[in-house]
Amino acid sequence: MIELFKQPNLDWMGKAKYFFALSGTLLVIGWSAIFFHGGIKYGIDFRGGTNVDVRFANAPNVDQLRSGLRGQGLGNSEIQSISDIANPNSNEVMIFVEQTGSTDQALDEGKAKVLKALNATYGVSAAGKPDFNATGPTALAQILTAKDPLGLSVGAGDKYEQLAKAILSVRDKDKNGVLTNFDDLSQVNGITPAVVSALKDSFMLAPFAIRNVEIVGPKVGAELRNQAVRVTLYALAGMLLYIAFRFEWVYGAAAVIAVFHDVLITLGLFKIFGFEISLTVIAALLTLVGYSMNDTIVIFDRIRENLRLLRKEPFADIVNKSINQTLSRTILTSGLTFLTVLVLFLMGGQVLRAFAFALVVGIVVGTYSSFGIAAPLVVAWNKWRGHDGLASTGTAAGNRPRGNEGGQPRLATSGRR
Amino acid sequence: MNPNLKWKAVFIVAVIVLCIYWVVGVPNFPTSLSVLKENFAHQIKLGLDLQGGTHLILQVQVQEAIAQETDQTVDRLTTALRSKNIHYDEVRRADDTHIVVRNIPPDQSSDFRDLISGNQYDSEWQLSSAPGEINSYLLTMRPSAVANIQETTMSQSVETIERRINALGLTEPTIQRQGRKDNEILVQLPGEGDPEAAKRVIQAGGQLELTLVQDPNPYPSEAAALAAHGGVLPAGTELLKQRSESRNPQNPSDTGDSWYLVSRTPVVTGRDLRNATESRNTEMPGQWQINFTLSAEAARRFGPFTDQNRGRQMAIVLDHQVYSAPTIQSRIEDQGRIDGNFSQQSAHDLALVLRAGALPASIKYLEERTVGPSLGADSIRHGVQASVLSLLVVMVFMVFYYRLSGVNAVLALIINLIILLAALAMFGAVLTLPGIAGVILTIGMGVDSNVLVFERIREELRNGKSSAAAVEAGFDKAFLTIIDTHVTTVVSAFFLFIFGTGPIKGFAVTLTIGLIANIFTAIYISKAIFHYHLAKMDRQAEVSI
Repeated sequence: MIELFKQPNLDWMGKAKYFFALSGTLLVIGWSAIFFHGGIKYGIDFRGGTNVDVRFANAPNVDQLRSGLRGQGLGNSEIQSISDIANPNSNEVMIFVEQTGSTDQALDEGKAKVLKALNATYGVSAAGKPDFNATGPTALAQILTAKDPLGLSVGAGDKYEQLAKAILSVRDKDKNGVLTNFDDLSQVNGITPAVVSALKDSFMLAPFAIRNVEIVGPKVGAELRNQAVRVTLYALAGMLLYIAFRFEWVYGAAAVIAVFHDVLITLGLFKIFGFEISLTVIAALLTLVGYSMNDTIVIFDRIRENLRLLRKEPFADIVNKSINQTLSRTILTSGLTFLTVLVLFLMGGQVLRAFAFALVVGIVVGTYSSFGIAAPLVVAWNKWRGHDGLASTGTAAGNRPRGNEGGQPRLATSGRR
Repeated sequence: MNPNLKWKAVFIVAVIVLCIYWVVGVPNFPTSLSVLKENFAHQIKLGLDLQGGTHLILQVQVQEAIAQETDQTVDRLTTALRSKNIHYDEVRRADDTHIVVRNIPPDQSSDFRDLISGNQYDSEWQLSSAPGEINSYLLTMRPSAVANIQETTMSQSVETIERRINALGLTEPTIQRQGRKDNEILVQLPGEGDPEAAKRVIQAGGQLELTLVQDPNPYPSEAAALAAHGGVLPAGTELLKQRSESRNPQNPSDTGDSWYLVSRTPVVTGRDLRNATESRNTEMPGQWQINFTLSAEAARRFGPFTDQNRGRQMAIVLDHQVYSAPTIQSRIEDQGRIDGNFSQQSAHDLALVLRAGALPASIKYLEERTVGPSLGADSIRHGVQASVLSLLVVMVFMVFYYRLSGVNAVLALIINLIILLAALAMFGAVLTLPGIAGVILTIGMGVDSNVLVFERIREELRNGKSSAAAVEAGFDKAFLTIIDTHVTTVVSAFFLFIFGTGPIKGFAVTLTIGLIANIFTAIYISKAIFHYHLAKMDRQAEVSI
């Protein structure tokens, strides 16, 4: 068999103070960034406002765009370019407009103004023909069927549906979502000059395409934020209860502190790398909580088992041994999971970018916190209580009669059932 | 093969076949690859983020309906008090759910109490003395009545919006209630259509009332109208403003606001309509009008009513704005029309709204998200590519590292995905982008379960156990760990599902299904395959791990 480690024998608990120091440093760096640089960066879900995601045919001139927006009274809107490892020249920007008015009509006012600014900047008349770059397959198929440039009569609908899909796939894949010249479509399978001229008749070509619009009312933002915090706390409390029920409350508390530590470190890294916290990111944070918990439980489970088998050894040694025994599993699982989320981060597209980032960071931090934070905390607790663990060699603790549980953690007795 | 194992094998194969059938075998029996593809597209529904479309969250202003009910109770109570000759100074709505009745003479207080308790009021209203006022009473709407109105308002709103959106002819819209306070409605409009038309139609109130004008003079302001009536409006009347778009463009003097004094109780409301259509206005070229037909029952009331009120003005009121106030020339049975400088589009929308019925309360938009079709297609491509690639990486590694047992793990993973897809199809759950992320994480946890078991088996082998004993012990010892890790994650996914919305919920759904499927595949199926191999193997041979 292929093995990564042959019986590792590392003293993890002896290095606990370095782990604590490392975590402390990471927390201080991340959270001083948060405290001194304008707090946590919330996405649109949590702060409310309007996001318009536009892709351009050519690299957009941000200054020109900004002056266009200023013309609509949106001078202080944020323009952020979106690029992708898979698609580094996406020519895509996200325009964020804060929610200004508090009246009911104002919800989609920001969007309307951004569209006006875009149309004005790029000389597009909104009243004319529909924009080909904003058209989807169904609408295109309908228009083609109505015009029937191929002169089909029977089964024309199906044929044009396929053609519409083929045309749009060229637009979206080869032309980056924004077509600039209808003649570029001549490479499409099954297209004829008649089809191209029918398209020219029916559509105009704006040099940009709206990819995504998100509008969130300001009250909703605050509500969603509260809800997210509440959900996270509920989920943590639920896990704490389950672990306390299956193990001991000290284990539950240690595990929850460890995952809390993971979330705090990840939030700090989000700030440093400039990612926004959105609803999807909250889902990712909760996943990393689950993963970190998973890892911690595997180790705790082994500690529980070893406590039963090795009653005479000091508690810290049992913990070390348990971590060592599960080490190859930890490395394998975390390594593979890390690979999957890394693929997601590199290839998952812009929508999943922040989500995957949380997981990439979370898997590393979550794995580390299981042996670096959760396990040492349980050991420290036992030391503080004046017992070197259950099966201490110093006193006759391990051999003490079961009934004497006053000052004695019940770790062994509540072990595997 | 031992019979126990045989039955396990039959069960496992049956589950797999059923799941595959569920994903690609319905609704049409697959006879060709294209039918298979169609079935798959039919069974696995994609969320808006993947197929493109618009997602709206609207809030129904339920308190309006509650206040309206309170207003109506004030009206009813006033009439009842009068008819019973009970003296009162004032009956007034204090806020949405409270009514104050002031100064009932002490000798009539028992009559008043009888009136309240003996009537339908008692089930909806709680009577108490008004704090700090002698002989005055406070009626409080009971929480059950409030909940009742809330429920009716919400279900009526959903129905009305459904009718309106269906009338627009959009494909597969979803309209459902959501939200913690249960006053929100989620509207999802898949496809590339323009959300503006849908938004206009959804938000239109559509409350039509035909009511008699009580004072032939329109007034330029509310204050002027009040002054003309000595500061107090006649009983049973109210002042309504004319809709500014309805002003006559040809008449330069018709520029300012006009207020009409109209009867509070309408003769005809939107509920009495049988049909409404738009047509060209024959008198005003370029303008459009809405023609409506009344139901037979309403026509029986309307005929005599118009007969008696010939020569008087009838206000056509929509959403508390006067659209026009024509004079009744002759008896009208069941036909009428609404003028008001309509364009073809606005006349069309209004006719649609009138046909679909009025909303019981007004609506506010809270969220609007539109995903363009090209972004959706991109997301699918990226999501699928990432899933396939990560699955491949994991599979290659597992086979490389654990050899034949790795094949076992790969099988377990594939079956897990098939079960996951089948469960999505069965529950009608939608696959969203966060859902795909949930799938990828399920793959991760699936690998973990297999690794846990395999590492345990290796340990047991190192401790000198035979293959069969090591497999047995490995599964046995890893079992509790796997249960603990999975239950912990399911607990958190459960909270995400209950309290989360949108993306968080979609993620929780796939994660939960995936985890449950995982316990089945990583423990039950994987163990059965091991048993099968062990049964065929030489007793002394080593298991390939």
